[in-house]
Amino acid sequence: MELILETLGLAESAKLLSLSPPGWGANLLRGLANSLKIASGAFGFGLLIGLFGAYGKLYGGPVLRDLLAIYTTVIRAVPELVLILILYYVGTDLINQASSAMGYGRVEISGIVAGIWVLGIVQGAYSIEVLRGAILAVPPGQIEAARAFGMPPLMTMWRVTIPAMMSFATPGLANLWLIATKDTALLAIVGFSELTLETRQAASSTRAYFTFFLAAGGLYLMVTLCSGVVFGWIEKWARRGQPSLREGRG
Amino acid sequence: MTTLKSLMLPHRIVMMALFAALVLWCAVTLRWDWIPKYAPLAVEGIWTTIWIMAVTTVLGFLLAVPLGLAQAIGPWYLSIPARSFCTVIRGTPLLLQIWLLYYGLGSLFPQFPWIRSSELWPYLRQAWPYAVLALTLSYAGYEGEVMRGAFSGVAKGQLETAKSFGMRRFTMFRRIWLPQAIRNVLPTLGGETILQLKATPLVATITVIDIYAVSSRVRSDTFIVYEPLLLLAVVYMVIAGLITLAFKRFEAQLPR
Repeated sequence: MELILETLGLAESAKLLSLSPPGWGANLLRGLANSLKIASGAFGFGLLIGLFGAYGKLYGGPVLRDLLAIYTTVIRAVPELVLILILYYVGTDLINQASSAMGYGRVEISGIVAGIWVLGIVQGAYSIEVLRGAILAVPPGQIEAARAFGMPPLMTMWRVTIPAMMSFATPGLANLWLIATKDTALLAIVGFSELTLETRQAASSTRAYFTFFLAAGGLYLMVTLCSGVVFGWIEKWARRGQPSLREGRG
Repeated sequence: MTTLKSLMLPHRIVMMALFAALVLWCAVTLRWDWIPKYAPLAVEGIWTTIWIMAVTTVLGFLLAVPLGLAQAIGPWYLSIPARSFCTVIRGTPLLLQIWLLYYGLGSLFPQFPWIRSSELWPYLRQAWPYAVLALTLSYAGYEGEVMRGAFSGVAKGQLETAKSFGMRRFTMFRRIWLPQAIRNVLPTLGGETILQLKATPLVATITVIDIYAVSSRVRSDTFIVYEPLLLLAVVYMVIAGLITLAFKRFEAQLPR
């Protein structure tokens, strides 16, 4: 193993990337773990917003619908970086005001919670659109049948609408998950120690820019490729029992 | 399409009144006294944002056409590299790509004396060539996938007709295949161009002074947080609106 690295001229890079302290590998992996935590939290938070938002947009009153339309339009027109800054400052301001109103001092907000809150609101706007389209694609007869059996609305949503829309929503949700993992890199600019920031710190203190940025790129790529496989499984599972679209449409 | 009549619903009138009140409140109570001082810089920043976006979309699209073509009909030794390029670009964050090019290449180039003495050195020392390169490659990566679908989506009969008329391959590509493909993906292209606009603020992290960088400078100089960010969001929304309008007009001109 060492001989191969030696002959390829990669011995230096391997030393820099090793997991034990002189190397920076452990830092990168810790950054990756943080990135994944933030991404999955934001994705889940976004899904929650998306589900209620999609129902609001489809079945809500005119005021709620207009408000949701403004939310999705504004979030999707403004760059994520700007949104992250605005939401970050608004969030910290609100929490600090609340805590000083209750008589506590300034609160340190953990990077992960702030990241989830910020990215979750951005993800929510995109999920609303994905889920709205998926709910519309569910054959209305299925929902009507559930209603005819006397199912209460929440149970209809849980037992009929969500399982039936899963197969339509998975491709869009897979895209959103990938966007979430890549958007965590933007949090580096606000100063959260996720993968990109850890990489930059490692690179600037060792001056081995190519090694570290390429390694981090490899980690992100690995996450993307693995997610692709997992979402492939999920899609297959969501489509179980359904005729494939090509056959079904005839 | 929003018509004047649909804006006249009672709840919308109330909402518009509330919005007007909000704008008025912002104008009166928030601090805007920094604007005159930073206006020239802001205009310059908006200009930088727009030209970086325009240049990178055009160059990226030119690169995406061969990438899409290679994936759609190319032999394996062209299609595999093209597909891997698109996968890598789409699988890694743009911020990382920008930093890799700027810090990586930027720290590599000065080591070679012949580069330092070449004509290109005054440009390579600046940040914008790296920004343009990174954004171009990124747009090409996303667009290459789109163009792959577009090229394979053109109806086969049209190409066969052209061939039966004795059209040469390049003429056929130029007159039929490419225009048809572009027409089919024009809505997607509009969306991708807005995504490109939303990617431009990242160049501020490598010291290119675009409109985002101007707002961060205001923030760090004057400690005014919300006002520059709000104005920044409005600027991006206006530019995004203009892009949408331009694409809509362009689409309307095409024969169906």
